[in-house]
Amino acid sequence: MNVFLAQLLNGLDKGGAYALIALGLTLVFGTLGVVNFAHGALFMLGCFCAVTFRYLITLETVTVDPEKLSPWGAPVEVRTPLVQNWFGDFGAVLVDYSVPISILLAIPVMLIIGIAMERGIIKHFYKRTHAEQILVTFGLAIVLQEIVKSFFGANPVPQPIPTDLRGAADIGVWFGMAPHVLTYPWWRLLYLLFSALVIGGVFAFLQFTTFGMVVRAGMADRETVGLMGIDIDRRFTIVFGLAAVVAGVAGVMYTPLLAPNYHLGMDFLVLSFVVVVVGGMGSLPGAVAAGFLLGILQSFASMTEVKSLIPGIDQVIIYLVAVVILLVRPRGLMGRRGIMES
Amino acid sequence: MFSLSRKDLVALVVFAAVVLTMPIWLAPLGASYPGLMQKFAIYAIFAIGFNILFGLTGYLSFGHAAFIGVGSYTTVWSFKLLTMDIVPAMIFAVITTGVFALVIGYFSLRRTGIYFSILTLAFAQMCYSLAYSVLTPITNGETGLLLARDDPRYLDAMFGAQANIAGLPQPTFLGSSVTGYTGFYLCAAILIVAFYVSQKIFASPFGMALRGIKSNQTRMNYTGFNTKPYMLAAFVISGMFAGLAGALLSITDPLAGAERMKWTESGNVVLMTILGGVGTLFGPVIGAWLIKYFENIFSAINTNMLNNFFSFLPDGLQNVVVTVLSKFVGEGWHLTLGLMFVLIVVFLPGGLVEGFHRLMARLKRRKGTPDGVTSVQPAE
Repeated sequence: MNVFLAQLLNGLDKGGAYALIALGLTLVFGTLGVVNFAHGALFMLGCFCAVTFRYLITLETVTVDPEKLSPWGAPVEVRTPLVQNWFGDFGAVLVDYSVPISILLAIPVMLIIGIAMERGIIKHFYKRTHAEQILVTFGLAIVLQEIVKSFFGANPVPQPIPTDLRGAADIGVWFGMAPHVLTYPWWRLLYLLFSALVIGGVFAFLQFTTFGMVVRAGMADRETVGLMGIDIDRRFTIVFGLAAVVAGVAGVMYTPLLAPNYHLGMDFLVLSFVVVVVGGMGSLPGAVAAGFLLGILQSFASMTEVKSLIPGIDQVIIYLVAVVILLVRPRGLMGRRGIMES
Repeated sequence: MFSLSRKDLVALVVFAAVVLTMPIWLAPLGASYPGLMQKFAIYAIFAIGFNILFGLTGYLSFGHAAFIGVGSYTTVWSFKLLTMDIVPAMIFAVITTGVFALVIGYFSLRRTGIYFSILTLAFAQMCYSLAYSVLTPITNGETGLLLARDDPRYLDAMFGAQANIAGLPQPTFLGSSVTGYTGFYLCAAILIVAFYVSQKIFASPFGMALRGIKSNQTRMNYTGFNTKPYMLAAFVISGMFAGLAGALLSITDPLAGAERMKWTESGNVVLMTILGGVGTLFGPVIGAWLIKYFENIFSAINTNMLNNFFSFLPDGLQNVVVTVLSKFVGEGWHLTLGLMFVLIVVFLPGGLVEGFHRLMARLKRRKGTPDGVTSVQPAE
């Protein structure tokens, strides 16, 4: 039972990342009707927002202290981050919490990137075939990842978890179990909460604001909304930016769990497409449910017991699910009847 | 049965001449060494095969790299178990890939459009991950499948052929080794045959049916035409071409690794086809050659070469130009590739062949208009 719970929890945080990426992907598909193969690259760009922020905030001054000597006799170099010089202890906290704080950087940056991408390229592809959309966004993804590679190199750049949030939460105790039976790293727990928060935020935004109402109306019938004198294209551009932001912040918070490298986006892209397809093209709740579901499935499949039963299942489970879903129920778990069902 | 229309025959002869004289006309471009020309021929075969599926039927497969991988592995296994002769190796590779494509195609072709792309992608990714994990006994994981001196090679042993004692055995074609220019001419000959086959398919009723499916599958069904077997046949043929290309890759360099099955490789062949021109005979070949050429030339350029080349500029400007350009060459040539991809899809969806036709049409029009008469001004 405890093993079961532990695997469930393990799957949830990965599922959170899948759900966030897939949410943006399906939002873009539902509004613009564009199959965006560059969405994984947006996730990757989010990760590198965190890397950049950390790089900037740890810019440091090096002073040579002639008093102290290192063990081999050379003067010790004292490195102090500039922010620590400026703000004292508060600066140290800033450095420590660089990952969560970089969300503040990621939101405007991703919004701008998303809007620029939509206005610059995607806009011209509304009327083209899905194949051409796939191709142009695939090319865009290559360009983005190569730009990142030329700045940050090909090696993964690990990001630290803030000191206070390291270690694991003994959550078994919260449910009345003995201590140390069921533990879960704080950061993963935080990621889970964070993804739930973001998902809730997106849904609330679409459900309870006028802007969201217009967007939902546009998803259902774009032409009519346009005929009512609403500039739906502009709203959809912002939705694209929003999707980019969601992918970006998902990336930022994921960096301590997985050191980002430039091809991270491509690795997540295939997975998140599978998630979208399993959930149902254009269905937001479907994408979220499928994200968590597949995360959990993947985590169960990587259990030793399961692996010894069916070797290699952990590698292919997601694709297997996708194949089965596509063949048996092409509209996905929650897709509407008739959407992309052919 | 083997006859071609006059136009196709001319095209074939021209094509064969171009391919066979490759060592001559590539020399000034700095690419006339056999290793690279073999790649030109092999990837052209791959792209021709891909074009039979994507160009004729419009089904965009994102999993064709899997077939190249299967072809490579089969070839190396044939070298290991049977004989170092390449003929059985190629035959086995094509057959295995065909069976493989039959299975994947049977499932994938139940869906169209983007679902088909994702299904093929999912299958290819499964092959890729499995090749790295569970199938390591067959694929040798990350190291890649290598030849060894003490491989059984039952057929060779049966006929008493004595492998050369020193070093690893080399692939042979009816007893003669296939390295260097021999290898290139072998690949070139197969490329010409592949081109001929694709011409036959384009001109056949089968090809017409595939084009019909591309323009309107529903209508084809309504006219009482069962499109399923046609699609499956196209998929299998296209997979077999990829398998053949994989086999040739392993023949020219007897090593098969799983990285050939990665999905970005599938993306590459799509790019080759698009760049040249989807659904045209020459397009995929031109695209494959251009991309392989750029891959080799661009990735070989380094900062020193750039500095030499731009030394005529003033110092400050030279530095700026070199810094900017160095992002696009050498390690960063993928950036150029991606940009090319985007630009081609945005501005020239028909590829270079379409661009050429447009250019010709424009030139012809310009020649046709008599001097002094400009185009008719619209009344305002």
